Amino acid sequence: MLRFSDAFAPSAVRVTSRAALAVSALVFVGSSAMAAAGSAHDSVLTILIRWAPLLLSGFLFNLLISVLSMAVGTLAGIPLGMMQLSSLRPLARLGYYLTQFFRNAPWLVLLFICVMLLPFEFRVAGLRIPFPDWVKAVVGFSLPAMANVSEILRGAVLSVPTGQWESAESLGFNRRQTMFQIILPQCIKRMLPPWMNLYSLITMSTVTASVVGVSEMLTMTAQVHAAEGSRPELLAPLYSFAMLCFFVYAYPIGKWTEYLERKYQVKD
Amino acid sequence: MTQPDRGFVSLRDVHKTFGAHKVINGISLDVAKGETICIIGPSGSGKSTLIRCINALVPVDRGSIHLDGIEVNTPKLDKLALRRRVGIVFQQYNLFPHKTALENIMMAPITVLKQDRAEVEARARALLKKVRLAGKEGAYPGELSGGQQQRVAIARSLAMRPDVMLFDEVTAALDPETKKDVLTTIQDLARDGMTCLVVTHEMGFAREVSNRVYFTEGGLIVEHAPPAEFFSNPQDPRTREFLSQVL
Ligand SMILES: Nc1ncnc2c1ncn2[C@@H]1O[C@H](COP(=O)(O)OP(=O)(O)O)[C@@H](O)[C@H]1O
Ligand SMILES: [Mg+2]
Repeated sequence: MLRFSDAFAPSAVRVTSRAALAVSALVFVGSSAMAAAGSAHDSVLTILIRWAPLLLSGFLFNLLISVLSMAVGTLAGIPLGMMQLSSLRPLARLGYYLTQFFRNAPWLVLLFICVMLLPFEFRVAGLRIPFPDWVKAVVGFSLPAMANVSEILRGAVLSVPTGQWESAESLGFNRRQTMFQIILPQCIKRMLPPWMNLYSLITMSTVTASVVGVSEMLTMTAQVHAAEGSRPELLAPLYSFAMLCFFVYAYPIGKWTEYLERKYQVKD
Repeated sequence: MTQPDRGFVSLRDVHKTFGAHKVINGISLDVAKGETICIIGPSGSGKSTLIRCINALVPVDRGSIHLDGIEVNTPKLDKLALRRRVGIVFQQYNLFPHKTALENIMMAPITVLKQDRAEVEARARALLKKVRLAGKEGAYPGELSGGQQQRVAIARSLAMRPDVMLFDEVTAALDPETKKDVLTTIQDLARDGMTCLVVTHEMGFAREVSNRVYFTEGGLIVEHAPPAEFFSNPQDPRTREFLSQVL
């Protein structure tokens, strides 16, 4: 049996985030204590509380980018996946090459290309539609999301036993009816765990948008650090706080994915 | 429509190869309307392939397959016209796992034949009763035993009102208890006058229910005869050898 979800094994994410929690908690407590010890500066806790609203608004921006990227990536990835499965050869080939192209491109490179090459606004019939960097970043993350969703869909369809196709064909269903009424409904369950893993990966990688100047959490963290006089002892607690936010968000998703994987384990 | 010299289901010199592997090497057989025949033979002798050729799931290389005058081996074949007249049941049931037993039966008549939902539902309920599964309408395949699933699969095929039913080792995956229910269901069908082609390892069933037994080996029909004769006086040494192993 083809285990398409292996491609997005959650274990890597899981281990990283568990270690992240331990490390960030340690560093956080340790460095807070150190920074607080006999100095004229504000304590780390005071600083964190002061900047938390700003940092968290940055984090919300990461979440917004991740949700939008995943939504666009899914909406585009499903037709692309269907294209790969088309019985029309040229269409299937095109779908395959598009998928492979975006699946094998480094995400950061795609992000750079989108941010550099997309215009800052579109003019449609005299109307100016602004196209800020963060929207370009959404496009940048949507492309690999799309390619991965396409592949997840293809894997899910291929993992449905051929007997289902045979039965449907024997009952007179045509290919289209078979796909939409019999195969795809069975794919939703199969797709959910790898799809959620993909979402976690996208969420983690949204911080790379800081490289192109989007004011998401990593950017905000650096700015806060600068605003507090770039004191080295603040580095660890500030960045640990960022890690903590991602962990608290991603860990339950990972747990839920694991649960779904167990629940929907393909039995036959 | 059936030509006088050919049966309701009629194969003439059918050949099929997969790559270099010759699976069917010139099979001819005739089944009259309302007859039940059993096909027995060792594993790998091409029984499943033969059955799948009849409803055009597997295209043949050469030869002629007729079903009530419809030629199957032609590029002009109207597959839907053929498939609404031929039901097939597989060893692995292949029910649609996301649909209830009742929905499994109703799907094809509604989607493929565009029949009226209420009428189809009434028919589906009657079919479930006929295969002795009244009360299981809302059960999903995963909640049913193998034998129950197989009977739903039979009902699902019957919902298309076929003239011929093909069975491919439909009890091979079942334990002895549930086997009986499935075999009884097929026996009822045969008694009601359905034309049945049954690939099976159930010699008792072949003996009691079939009009003729065909023994295949190496993609050929080695011999065929009415069951009484076939089992008491097999002619070919290969048949005798096979029977001595399974009886
Ligand atoms: N789709 C296929 N492609 C290639 N070889 C096949 C295919 N289907 C069946 N065969 C081969 O044809 C032979 C006969 O298979 P089958 O018809 O399933 O025999 P039986 O049902 O009597 O066991 C086997 O050797 C099998 O491997
Ligand atoms: Mg077989």
